[in-house]
Formats: sequence, C-alpha cells, structure tokens
Amino acid sequence: MSKSPMITLNDVSKRFVGSVDDAVTNLSLTVDDGEIVTLVGPSGCGKTTTLRMINRLIEPSSGTITVAGSDVGTVPVHELRRTIGYVIQQVGLFPHRTVRQNIATVPSLLGWDTDHIGSRIDELVDLVAIDRSILGRYPLELSGGQRQRVGVARALAADPPVLLMDEPFGAVDPVVRGHLQGELLDLQSRLHKAIVFVTHDIDEAILVGDRIAILNTGGILEQFGTPGELLARPANQFVADFLGSDRAIKRLSLLPIDVSLLEPSLPGTAADQCMAAIDVGATLKEALDAIVSGNGRDVAVCAEDVCVGTVTIDMIHRRLTE
Amino acid sequence: MSLVAQTSNQPLIVWDWIGRNLTNIWDRTVEHIVLTVIAVGIGVLISAGLSLIALRWRRSYSPITWVAGLLYTIPSLALFTFFVPFTGLSVLTAEIGLVSYTLLILVRNMVTGIVEVPSEVLEAADAMGYSRRGRFLRIELPLALPVIITGIRLATVTIIGLVTITSLIGLGGLGYFINRGLQTFSSPIGTTQIFVGTVLSIALAVTADLSLVGVERILTPWRTRRIGR
Ligand SMILES: Nc1ncnc2c1ncn2[C@@H]1O[C@H](COP(=O)(O)OP(=O)(O)OP(=O)(O)O)[C@@H](O)[C@H]1O
Ligand SMILES: [Mg+2]
Repeated sequence: MSKSPMITLNDVSKRFVGSVDDAVTNLSLTVDDGEIVTLVGPSGCGKTTTLRMINRLIEPSSGTITVAGSDVGTVPVHELRRTIGYVIQQVGLFPHRTVRQNIATVPSLLGWDTDHIGSRIDELVDLVAIDRSILGRYPLELSGGQRQRVGVARALAADPPVLLMDEPFGAVDPVVRGHLQGELLDLQSRLHKAIVFVTHDIDEAILVGDRIAILNTGGILEQFGTPGELLARPANQFVADFLGSDRAIKRLSLLPIDVSLLEPSLPGTAADQCMAAIDVGATLKEALDAIVSGNGRDVAVCAEDVCVGTVTIDMIHRRLTE
Repeated sequence: MSLVAQTSNQPLIVWDWIGRNLTNIWDRTVEHIVLTVIAVGIGVLISAGLSLIALRWRRSYSPITWVAGLLYTIPSLALFTFFVPFTGLSVLTAEIGLVSYTLLILVRNMVTGIVEVPSEVLEAADAMGYSRRGRFLRIELPLALPVIITGIRLATVTIIGLVTITSLIGLGGLGYFINRGLQTFSSPIGTTQIFVGTVLSIALAVTADLSLVGVERILTPWRTRRIGR
C-alpha cells in the first residue's frame, strides 16, 4: 500500500538575493500523514528556511514542494497558509490579543461563526493542556511554558493536516520542555498530522522524530532515516559526530525489552526478589543502567510482581550488533 | 522686578475682574480648545498620509522628516505672520502654522510605531494567512498605537502652548488675555489677565495630556493590565 506523502520536497534549493552560497541545496524529503520528521543541524544550516519554503514565506529558487498532492506554488498563498499550522521559533503570539483571540486567529480568518470557534477553543484547551483561566489573559501575562502551549494551540486551531514547528520548545527550561515533548507525542497519537519539527537538539530530534533529517551547513542533507537507522549506521563522520559519542546508549533508549529473548529466571523467584528488578516496559538503556548499578551481569524483569525473565549484558550486546 | 515693586501696595490678582469676565474667559477657553482640536486633527490626517507614503516607499522617509523638521524649526512668530498677506488675520492662517508644527512629531511616532512591531509577530501574522492589508489593520496598527498616541500627546501639549501666540493675529484663545495683560502689565488688571491666561492654558495642557493617557489605557489594555495578586 503506497499512499503518497503529505509533504514532498523535490530537489529544492534556495539562494537568497545577494548571497553567493545556497542556504538550502538540492533538498529532497517526504513527510507522511501521521509522521513527525525532525530537521536537525547546526545553527544557520537552513532549517528555518526549509520550513518557510513549505508555507511560502520564502519562495524556493528551484525545485518543487507539494502539500497534500498539490504544488504549493499553484495554491493561493493566503489559503495555503491557513491550511498549514506554524509554530514559529520565537512563539510570536500577538501581544494585543488575549489567549482566546490568539488561538482563534485562523478560524476567524476562515470565517467560522462564534459558536464553532468557541467549541473549538474548548477542545484545544484540553488538547494542549492549558488552564481555562488563562484564556482571557494577554501574552505578557503568561509564563514561557504557557506561551509555547498557546502557540501550539493557535497553530492547531483550524485542524490543519500539516504542522510546521520551528524549535517550538526552545525557550523553556528542561523540565517543562520534557513535559511539552511528551504532550506533543501524545497529541500526535490522536491527531495523526504530518509534522515537520525543527530543533538543534539531537536528543529532542531522536525523542520526537519518526524520521530524522540531518542537515549540514548550506542545507545539505547528510542523512534521512529513522532514529534507529541513523544511530546504527550513520552515513558519514558528520552524522556520527552530530549524533554524539554515546550513540550506542542512545540506541538502547529506543529499544524495548523483547520478552521472547529473555533468559529464563531462576525457578521459584519470588516477588520480593523483584524489588530490585525492572519493569517489562522499560528500555534496554534502563536495563543497562540497572545492571551496571547492580551485580554487573544481569537484572530480573518483572511484569506486575511476577518475574518473567532476566536481561543479561550479553543479550544487550547482541541486540546492538544484530 | 519692577512689576512687583510698582504694585507692592496693590493686589496682584483682581479677583473681581475674573468674576466680571467669566463669559469672555469661557469663550476664549473654547476658542483655545477648538483651535487645538482642529490643528491636531488635521495634523493627524496629514501625518497619517505622509506616514503611509514613508512606509510604502522607505526612501521617502528622510525627505519627509527633513521638510517636517524644517517647518518645526521656523520661529512661530515668523510662521504665523508669513501667511497674513495671503490668508489674512484668519483661523486659516493660524491653523496653517499650528498644523505645520505637529507634522514632525506625528510622522516620526507613526512611522516608528509601525516599524518597531516585532518581526516575529509579523512572521506569525503572515504564516496565519493574513493579507497585507489585514495584517496592517489588525496587527501592526493596534500594536503601534501606544507610540502613535504618545506622539499625539506631545503634539497636543505643544499646540496648546502655541495657540497663545496666535493672539498676534487676533486669535489666541487664552493667549488673548496674556497679550492684553502684557500691554497693560503695570496695572493689577494686567497681571490678573496674564495670570488667568497662563494658568488656564497650563490646565488645558495637563487635562488634555491626562485624557489622552486615559484613551491610551482604554485602547491598549494589553500593555498596562496586570493580573491582580
Ligand atoms: N531573509 C534572508 N536573507 C538572506 N539570508 C538569509 C535570510 N534568512 C536566512 N538567511 C541565511 O540563510 C542561512 C540559513 O538560515 P536559517 O534561518 O534557515 O538557519 P537555521 O538552520 O534555522 O538556524 P538556527 O538554528 O540558528 O535557527 C543562514 O546563513 C542565514 O544567514
Ligand atoms: Mg531557525
């Protein structure tokens, strides 16, 4: 079953007027429905430029971009933009509008009636987990995390099939960031949008991306694949460096415990011995952590107080090399 | 001061005079307000036009502010008398001068207000699918209002002061009393007139300024309102 991708970039290049180098060079990418593609790379490598070409804030110098099957160049630009949610790098809420009015921006532009907008805001408040009491506030009266959430709600307001997010969680502390990342994944599991998510944090890219595109200066695509593929087989030294020296550990954090591969546990192991065990839903990274902080060889795995087997250090090693 | 020396045995302010001239004082106050409102009103309209031109064609901003700046530096005595041969001792003559003085302040504040709207806000507006015109009216203009209103406040206070000078060409609002007082300033009636003209003119300026601050508060709740805690 080959459905066509929601977003396609085909050999897209951009050279800004007055510049001698391409900001984006022959870039080809696809994003499927329900997929999050993360764009990562060093500062100035053309991530924002790529996003802005998709909603035509910037016109490409060459190449074609299609969204939902039609060439973006053939759709009237204001209509196109109202079907693409955009969370910009600096949030960019309208300071003179309340949270409610900010969220209602695109629905108002689309001419929805007041009741429709009202019920949509009710849904969004739950979706992005903002407190109803802030709906009447102005952006100046919000915390950084609240602003980011409102920015996401505003982008989602008219239920666009496509969402572009430019470092949406850049301006908040690591704890809030973690929350927001989790909420995004949760939201995506319900909404199935085609999302392009820009970040320069490789850990964030691995966490939220179904696929990752690693860009180099000049918008050159170094590798495009799932986090597992990239971590297992980086295409070149740039990608390997970008992924970091703890690639193996990062891979383990993506791998779940495979119950069918567990070593049998000792007969009659009781629940009390499971106190030091790990849950069957843990990742191999957590298993490794438990091993090295325990006996250094293995750790018991339990499901609801019953031991189902043991993870050994050899098994973890085999999973990495397979 | 000779003024004080000569009148030291006489009252400086003749309160009776004020009581006897209430109607005249009221009429001159109204004249003062009308001259000011017309000048600022027309000034705002012309400046809005000039600002739109300056924003549309950025290169025109320097020449526009240069000319407005030149008008601003002409001594008011010269400006008000220059047009008398053409337009006579009329409201028109007075307003030409008064309006000229508003342009620099107003154009500068209007253009600055619009230009200083944060770029990420404009980017968000574009990305949401605003048309160029919609973005200007719904986003840029409201966000520029605080700076624009500050310009209107400055212009209004300046004009309230300048209106008194138009007494030279037979108008003057409250300046009429100052002018008359100066002609007979050694008499208690003279000092009373100067006192009345000056104090009321200052009171007008302060009232206008505070009212405009109030207008700004109402129009831009997003700037001043804070959550009570
Ligand atoms: N409007 C523009 N005119 C000229 N050059 C531009 C313009 N916008 C971006 N550039 C240049 O294009 C290159 C890519 O910029 P871009 O904003 O896409 O980088 P980025 O990957 O988003 O960086 P960051 O992580 O810092 O946000 C940079 O060299 C930048 O200077
Ligand atoms: Mg960027």
